[in-house]
Formats: sequence, structure tokens, C-alpha cells
Amino acid sequence: MTTDIAKPATPNKAVTKKIRVKTKATNNRGAVLFFIAPFSVLFSLFYILPILVAIYQSLLTVEREGTFGKPTEVFGGFVQYARVFQDSSFWDSILRVLGFGVVQVPIMLGLALLLALLLDSPLVKGKRFFRLAFFAPYAVPGVIAAVMWGFLYSPNLSPFTAITKEINFLGADLVLWSIANVVTWVFVGYNMIIIYSALLAIPSEIYEAARLDGASQARIAWSIKIPLITPAITLTAIFSIIGTLQLLAEPQVFKSFTSAVTSTYTPNLLIYSTASVPNVNLAAAFSVVLALFTFALSFTVLKFTQRKAD
Amino acid sequence: MSATKAPVKKHNGPRESLFSRSGAMLVMAICTFYFLIPIWWLFVAATKDRGDFTSSAPLWFADFNLIDNIVNLANYREGLFFQWMLNSILYAGAGAAVATLFATMMGYALAKYSFRGRETLFNVVLGGVLVPATALALPLFLVFSQVGATNTFWSVFLPSIVSPFGVYLARIYASSSVPDELVEAARIDGSGEVRTFFTVATRLMTPAMVTIFLFQFVTIWNNFFLPLIMLRDEKLFPVTLGLYIWNSQVNQIPEIRAYVIIGALLSIIPLIIAFLSLQRFWRSGLGTGALK
Repeated sequence: MTTDIAKPATPNKAVTKKIRVKTKATNNRGAVLFFIAPFSVLFSLFYILPILVAIYQSLLTVEREGTFGKPTEVFGGFVQYARVFQDSSFWDSILRVLGFGVVQVPIMLGLALLLALLLDSPLVKGKRFFRLAFFAPYAVPGVIAAVMWGFLYSPNLSPFTAITKEINFLGADLVLWSIANVVTWVFVGYNMIIIYSALLAIPSEIYEAARLDGASQARIAWSIKIPLITPAITLTAIFSIIGTLQLLAEPQVFKSFTSAVTSTYTPNLLIYSTASVPNVNLAAAFSVVLALFTFALSFTVLKFTQRKAD
Repeated sequence: MSATKAPVKKHNGPRESLFSRSGAMLVMAICTFYFLIPIWWLFVAATKDRGDFTSSAPLWFADFNLIDNIVNLANYREGLFFQWMLNSILYAGAGAAVATLFATMMGYALAKYSFRGRETLFNVVLGGVLVPATALALPLFLVFSQVGATNTFWSVFLPSIVSPFGVYLARIYASSSVPDELVEAARIDGSGEVRTFFTVATRLMTPAMVTIFLFQFVTIWNNFFLPLIMLRDEKLFPVTLGLYIWNSQVNQIPEIRAYVIIGALLSIIPLIIAFLSLQRFWRSGLGTGALK
């Protein structure tokens, strides 16, 4: 949106640009190679190769001669994938994190948006302090945050024993939402900063007319600010969806506080426990399906919001 | 940026009603409480000895034993915890530095040169942004076990120096903040492409580079799944994995709880220092990434 205005589209410039491009392509091959080689090699080794290996592994299956025979890996076609689709604990875990995401992501992003808008409005004093206070939990790694909240939830050690003695935050009914609270606590500030940075980048002259018309801060936020920062909100939404489907550290920690979290509680926990059984081929198939699922969901959100913005 | 905004705010400040002003401040106060109380609790708990931990008020100090607790932690199992902190600093610090350099070079090349396959390359990298790190952990384990390199420093370090999001950010930032004219001028002055990048472009791209560094630093510092899968030797653990293991032993070894708490507090400090000292750079870098 903003780049269109910024780019002066004089024909003269376009012509020189074209010429320059031509010389670049012939003279700078070495430099380009120097710039792109390190990343490309590492990306191939640690992104593309693992994906290919996982796909390959997922197509193998272990066969034994008799019950105690020597196991051999043979090509099994889609045997593992058939297992994935029949595995109810896998789909239960997917449904669980999807249900988690449907509730947690809107709450987290809504709160992040509200706080960013308040920080950007003239209503609030002491912005610097609040910005730091809200962002501080992001400095706490997920594992550590889960350990801390585990103590805070515990019936005996919590500072809020009056509440935790009445409500069992670590019971089977509530533990998913207790985890949701930990994730929200860590990531609201991060999302808020992304949205707030986008708000700061809006030139303030845009509000001039609305202010002359006597629009309130809430009205300005709703009709001007939010539409302009949709790309930033999309970005946070995609990262949140990816994060939700990849939930691992928090439930893994909560396993040591409560028996309500099983080793198949989230897709990644299931992958980890399957791999350590070990059934590497099935775990690889889980990984592939989960990655495709995540990719498809993020991509859909991206396309959907882009169409809306146009 | 605050310099240009301040007069506007002063001008329209009084127009807002007292009602919406106090409503806004109330929301801020409640949220401050929510975000800071757990950290406050952790800090207070880390200053108590084992008796006071269960017997005194959880949100206020008893005898101040923070230093004693840290000394005890340092003595426990030959300072294993500080080995973990050092590991984390090495994984995250060196890893993020290398990742930033490579991502910036890549992003700069994608923004400033046109070459065959540029868009395809960029789209593949963008696809990498959507593939989460945890989904790669198991496949990476398979790759490293093929070459017999699991349970090594490199098995955790090498995968973390790839930052597709960094490339994305660097490309956007390079195309908006490194003018073609400047690159051209350097070229006419006889500067080679590589030298231009290191002397001119990196200076202009500093906010983006700091942003990439910080986010990669946090990603590596928080990474849990990859070391969990790769590492067996506890001397190689990053602090997150180490504290996780200790926390899962609290039931068998009750005195370890104190170490988990003081360790959790100490593990937060490097990130807070990194964010505070670099914030004037990364906030402007982040604005660019978020807008497009």
C-alpha cells in the first residue's frame, strides 16, 4: 500500500534500471554466489534434506521374521500413513490443539491489539514502563514459564492458595486452559510489540481529518488504525497458529506436575513418544502430516486475509 | 519518532474524557499485575531458604538468602547449572550472530541483484518460514544419526544458524533502506560488491540485523525440542533442557526444587539484558517487517 506512493515511477528511471540489471546479471555472478551460498547450503542441509529424509523414512516399514526375528527396513509405501490416519490419539491431539487455538489465539491477539492501541493512544501515561512490563514475560523461555506457573497453580506452594485449594488448575478439566494461560502470558507482549510497531509507522497526518471531525480515540482505532495494521495482525496470527500446532514444551513440563497430561496430549508430544518407543518410521509420518497440516493452515490464513485486504 | 508525535498528543490530550482515561489506566494496571506478578513471585522465592519457602508469605521477602542460594547452586554437582548457562549463551549468542550474517547476505542479494531463479529461491525460503522448528526436530535427528553426529555440540548448533524469517526481514529492509543509487555510487568509486555490502549496506541495515539477531537469539535460547531429541550428555545441555530435567526430578529429590527456582530466575536475566540494551535498534527494525 505505502510502497506505491513512495516509488517515483518516472520512465527515465525504469530505463536505466533495466540497463543496470543487465550488467549486474553478467558481472556480479560471483558476488551473488558469495552472498547466497552460505544460507542456501545450510538451508538445504538443515531444512530441505531433513524433510526429504523424513518423507523417505515415513515410506519405510520394519519387518521381522517371526516375533523375535531380526528387524529389517523395507519399502512399505503408504503403510505408515494409513496408520497415521487410523490413529485416533493423533487426531485427538490435533483436535485438542485446534480447540486450544480457537480459544487461545483470539484472546491473546485481542489482548495484544487492545494493549497496542492503548499504548498508541493519548489516553495512557507512562508508556515506556507499560511496554516493558508487558513484554517482560517474552524473555521467559516456554519451559521456564511452565515451571513457574506450575508452582503458581499448585495447591500447596501457590501464592494464591485460597484459589488453588478450591479450583484444581492441574486437573483433567482445566489443565488445557491452564497451559493456554501460560502461552498467553508469554506471548501477548511479543504480539503487542509487533502490532505497536506497525501503529507507530502510520504517519499521524492520517488521523488529522478524523480528529477535526471530532472522532473519538475508539472510533479512530476502529476505522483507521485497525484496517491499516491488518498485515501485522495477519503475521501474528500465522505465527500463533504455527505455535499452537507445535505445542510441546509447556505440556511436557506439566506432565511432571499432573497426570492429566498424557504422552499423546499434543501432536508433538505424540511424535516424541512414538520416536522414543522407538518407531521412527511412524513418527516420521506423523511429522510429515503435521508439517503439511501446519503449512496448509498458515497458508490459508495468509491467502484469506490478503484477499480481504485487497 | 517520539519527537514528531509529542506535539500532536499534547494538542488533543485534554479532549479525552476523564472516564476513558481512567478506564484505560485501569486496564493497564490490571495487565501489569498479571504480567509481572509471576516474575515477582519467582524473584521473591529465589531469595528464601528452604524453610521460609513454605512457611513465609509467598509474595513478600523473608530472610534474604539470594546470594547463599546462588552459591549453593554453584556448588551443586560441580556447577552444572552454570555450565548449562554457558552452553546456552554459546548456542544462542554464536548461533544468532552467524544466522544474522548469513540471513542478511541472502536478503541483501535477493533485494539488490536480479538473477535467474531469484523469486523461486525467495518463495522456497518463505515456505521455510511456515515450517516450524519443532516439526524439523525429529527429521534433523534422523539426518544427524545417519552421520553419527547426534549428542554433539554441532547437532544443536548447526541447525539453529538458519533463519528463513531473517532472510525475509533482511530482504524487505534492504529494498527499503539501501538505495540503489548508493550501491551504484560505491561501484563507481571502485568498491567491490562484497566490500560495498560490508562497509555500506550493513551500516544501513543495522536495525534489521539487530532484530534478526535478537529473534534468533530468543528462538535458540528457548529451543527445547531439538536439544531434547539430540542430546544425552548433560554437559552439553542448554539451560532450558537442564532445568526441565531437574524439574521432573523434584519428586525424587525434593531439595532440587530450590535449584530449579533460583536457576529459573537466573536463566531469564541474559534475555532481559539483551532486549533492554538493544531495544532502540530492534523496535525500528520490527516496524518494517510488520507493515508489509
